Amino acid sequence: MLELAVKGNKWYWGWMVVLLGVIGAGFGLYLMQLKFGLGITGMSRDVSWGFYIANFTYLVGVAAGGVMVVLPYYLHDYKAYGKITILGEFLAIASIVMCLLFILVDLGQPMRALNVLLYPTTNSVLFYDAVVLNGYLFLNLVIGWNVLEAERNGVHYQSWLKPLIYISIPWAVSIHTVTAYLYCGLPGRHFWLTAILAPRFLASAFAAGPALLILLCLFIRRFTNFDPGKAQIQALAKTVAYAISINVFFLLCEVFVGFYSNIPGHMDHLKYLFVGLHGHGALVPWMWASMIFMATGIVLTVTPATRKNETSLMIACIVIVLGTWIDKGLGMISGGFVPNPMHQVNEYAPTMPEIGITLGVYAIGALVLTVLYKMAVGVKEEIHD
Amino acid sequence: MKNSRRRFLQIAGVSALGLGAKPVLNAFALGGGKGYHVASGEDALTAEQWAMVIDTRKLQTAEAVEPIIEACNKIHNIPTAIDNKNHEVKWIWEDHYHHVFPDKTNKFLDEAVEHKPFLLLCNHCENPPCCRVCPTKATFKRESDGIVLMDFHRCIGCRFCMAACPFGARSFNFRDPRPFIEANNKEFPTRMKGVVEKCNFCAERLAIGKMPACVEASNGAIAFGDLYDEHSVVRELLKENYTIRRKQTLGTEPSVYYIV
Repeated sequence: MLELAVKGNKWYWGWMVVLLGVIGAGFGLYLMQLKFGLGITGMSRDVSWGFYIANFTYLVGVAAGGVMVVLPYYLHDYKAYGKITILGEFLAIASIVMCLLFILVDLGQPMRALNVLLYPTTNSVLFYDAVVLNGYLFLNLVIGWNVLEAERNGVHYQSWLKPLIYISIPWAVSIHTVTAYLYCGLPGRHFWLTAILAPRFLASAFAAGPALLILLCLFIRRFTNFDPGKAQIQALAKTVAYAISINVFFLLCEVFVGFYSNIPGHMDHLKYLFVGLHGHGALVPWMWASMIFMATGIVLTVTPATRKNETSLMIACIVIVLGTWIDKGLGMISGGFVPNPMHQVNEYAPTMPEIGITLGVYAIGALVLTVLYKMAVGVKEEIHD
Repeated sequence: MKNSRRRFLQIAGVSALGLGAKPVLNAFALGGGKGYHVASGEDALTAEQWAMVIDTRKLQTAEAVEPIIEACNKIHNIPTAIDNKNHEVKWIWEDHYHHVFPDKTNKFLDEAVEHKPFLLLCNHCENPPCCRVCPTKATFKRESDGIVLMDFHRCIGCRFCMAACPFGARSFNFRDPRPFIEANNKEFPTRMKGVVEKCNFCAERLAIGKMPACVEASNGAIAFGDLYDEHSVVRELLKENYTIRRKQTLGTEPSVYYIV
């Protein structure tokens, strides 16, 4: 099927060249980081995880979000999604590729990365994270590829895929649960030390993933001869509406617990993020922007008229993707490190090389996604001809 | 032809996976069993769990703690000439009471306590969260004496331990530390960029019968001994003085005690 990805018009190749350019620039910056060390980033002794891990966390969510089309199709036999499950699975593949790359670029000694397998440590959540992420990548590759190929050949997919498909559904939940456990089991990091962190991660994932999928569906319909379908997009939009509302509800639960109990350790991180602490508040405008984005997203997706109108739905999906990215990408990780265990405020901001490397990783993800979607759309166009 | 080539690639892929899994299975097969033995010298000092008591009454000024910090910096090749605060490497350092004990700070505090320096270092916890999270066992609690140690050659630099430590005791080499080492001690290894490091309770000195450098430089203000030997100097001090520890409600059981 790969041959479908090497045929394209000038826009397709132009886009690929742009991506390769960004990847090349990002790789150059990464070589710089390899030579100098992680000191070229904005990370510090106090904020020891930054932009890379934040984007990793966000993309695990996007990958898990793919299950929101797989689950209704295979478990509830919601036939309409048959058309787009492949888009969800391929989005998951591209996201996991980016997740693994973000982990790799975040390592101080990346050439030792395989130590995680050579010295498997069953009490480390990171070990399980490596297992579930690679497992999810493998599952989606095998399932996505074979189901698409069967569809192309006009036959039912192989029966041995069925158990893998069923396994992939709880597996999607596991990747984001385990990722949340990286953070929420650490004593002394009060912002993360909450049982609701994994559910909150999942809620934001099931909003962000499907919202991105809607945007991709709208794009595919506009620029190819394959229409993912109005009913499908509307069904996804309802998932987004519930998930983004639950995400904001969970956040408000955190605010209540912190401020009604009045325990400083629980309030300080939220104060830092939303009003600033000890005169430091670099993230304050971002966090409020995130709140406005997510609130707008809730209004637009919950109101039937704006959900059914695909223009306003598109706007809703854009603000939801941005809002959840700020919430999880910017606030969740550095918010947990500020103030530090000594209650000192040392702020973090990514540096230009750090942002460049991040964009490089996103460009690799976009390239993988473009190739996979080109194939998927190519097959869909073939069988509808 | 096409089919057989594809078949070949499929089989090759599965075989590669199998080969990749082999070392993992091997490592699991070894399990937690000790496949090695570390010889200890005749003069080595031993304990069930090393612990420290810092008598802050004897360390009232910055001048009093400075030689202690300096002794550690010197023998452990700490890159003290790094001027970017973000990249700082610290094994033992000083801070104010309200930063050291943020959960034990009163609004109105004894002025002497408020202004005197407190020494901070790795607590060599009995339940160390850093060892719990490390994905490669590069940081581990030595069973023989409870010291939390680092294997600088195994550390992949993921910095999970830094997120897990509730005491901010760990530093990461954000760049090559070697050009920033002021006093080069040939008897202790320097570190490379991209690995985490921290206080090791002077394991290398205990091995040859010497007390930790900070203890030696403290003029008796810091005591060091076995927490589970009721006749140890540490236990004597704990018996006679009211001591506090940092964030003990977190259950990590720090081994560094403070007399205020």
